[in-house]
Amino acid sequence: MAFLEVKGIEKKFGSTEVLKGIDFELEKGQVLTIIGSSGSGKTTLLRCLNYLETADQGVVRLEDKIIFDGKAAKSIKQSEISQNRLNFGLVFQSFNLFPQYNALKNVMLSPNLSFKRTVKDRKKSIAEKNKDLPFGKKQIVCFCELRAQKKAWYAENKKKAETLLERVGLADKMNNYPCELSGGQQQRVAIARALAMEPKILCFDEPTSALDPELTGEVLKVIRGLKNADSTMIIVTHEMEFARNVSDKVIFMANGIIEEEGAPEEVFGNPKSEKLRSFLANSSNK
Amino acid sequence: MTGFAETCLLFILTLVLALPLGLLICFGAMSRFKPLSWLMKGIVWIIRGTPLLLQIIVVFYGPGLLFDYPMRSRFIAVLIAFVINYACYFSEIYRGGIQSVSKGQNEASQVLGLTKIQTFFFVVLPQVIKHIVPPMSNEIITLVKDTSLARIIGVVELIMVAQQLVNNYVILWPLFYAGLFYLIFNGGLTLLFRFVEKKLSYYKV
Repeated sequence: MAFLEVKGIEKKFGSTEVLKGIDFELEKGQVLTIIGSSGSGKTTLLRCLNYLETADQGVVRLEDKIIFDGKAAKSIKQSEISQNRLNFGLVFQSFNLFPQYNALKNVMLSPNLSFKRTVKDRKKSIAEKNKDLPFGKKQIVCFCELRAQKKAWYAENKKKAETLLERVGLADKMNNYPCELSGGQQQRVAIARALAMEPKILCFDEPTSALDPELTGEVLKVIRGLKNADSTMIIVTHEMEFARNVSDKVIFMANGIIEEEGAPEEVFGNPKSEKLRSFLANSSNK
Repeated sequence: MTGFAETCLLFILTLVLALPLGLLICFGAMSRFKPLSWLMKGIVWIIRGTPLLLQIIVVFYGPGLLFDYPMRSRFIAVLIAFVINYACYFSEIYRGGIQSVSKGQNEASQVLGLTKIQTFFFVVLPQVIKHIVPPMSNEIITLVKDTSLARIIGVVELIMVAQQLVNNYVILWPLFYAGLFYLIFNGGLTLLFRFVEKKLSYYKV
């Protein structure tokens, strides 16, 4: 069984079929790049995996667990979606950092807020431990202990966030606001932010398309670094050189279907379909 | 002096009550539940489309005429009219602010596993506040001056007191002083808002 298994994903916007049945598999630690011209459905596929769009049909299976089923999609609970969605991280083309927070806070925000999801269980276990205390004292002790746990959680997150920012080479920019950072730096903060939730699969939606050419290098370097650390990634990109070097598997999409897939040497070195050949010829001319 | 206190009280109470009410109206108008959205939009349309003066009169005399249950307090009547009126204006300002926050911010929050409530309070609202300070300051300064309308149903506010002094002693100065009061009050508010804007300028959206 593959680590990630995607089967028969279909998506329509109105009467336009954007995805017409997408199947692929991905092993743990592999990097998959998706290439194709604009409008071929690459981004929509990524958004379906992240639950930003709901696919009309299809099944997504991660580690033998079905995390999305097109048939049951309408009736699924919001809480379950939030739970499943954390399997995937997403880095956007336009960064989407939170402008009111500095780099460090951007990275810390979601892990900090996720404390709330554990509060109920924590309260229960604390109450269990202190159940013999008299009324009044018990409440105070429970309250203080929860506060202490929260503080420890936040401190740990801060350390983690600092490590992540160092990893993307921004140790000296932690206290800067997004508006004070260059595009490449912003995108690196966004990568750190996505990593902070420890997703099993990290997705990139054209991470360098909004950047000046001289800034793409630093972002691609970070992604390459992640590959060396054995992260599983799905990357939608227009950087053919990069796709060729970094990926274990390449998918070429055209008009909502997978036109060709395989190892990068195969896809780039020996393209079989006419569409892929003309696509590669066009993109290397640029 | 009683006039001064009455004016200040009306101003502060209206602000405290209308700011949250405006947010509720705004949520109602933006709600996906259509009837609620239509109702709120209808109310906003009526309130913004008619003079505040008329609304004060309706609130004060309406209950007595329609339900035989006359308004006891003139001040309360004016306060209700002001709160509803300003909440409607505020709701439109909030709506503009919320819609100015890009969709990407919501998507980023979703992908990071934030709940809808967390997204609103930690991501959207701080940006909304930054956006709405200039239009809000405009509206709040108008509110200071609109308090003078309360005298139409006999609430003893600043202008009314000044007018009485003018009538009793046949001098014009009290009205001039009343004007000076509004000027100073609004001058203070202007400085306050400038300070808030400056405080929030540490980031750009």
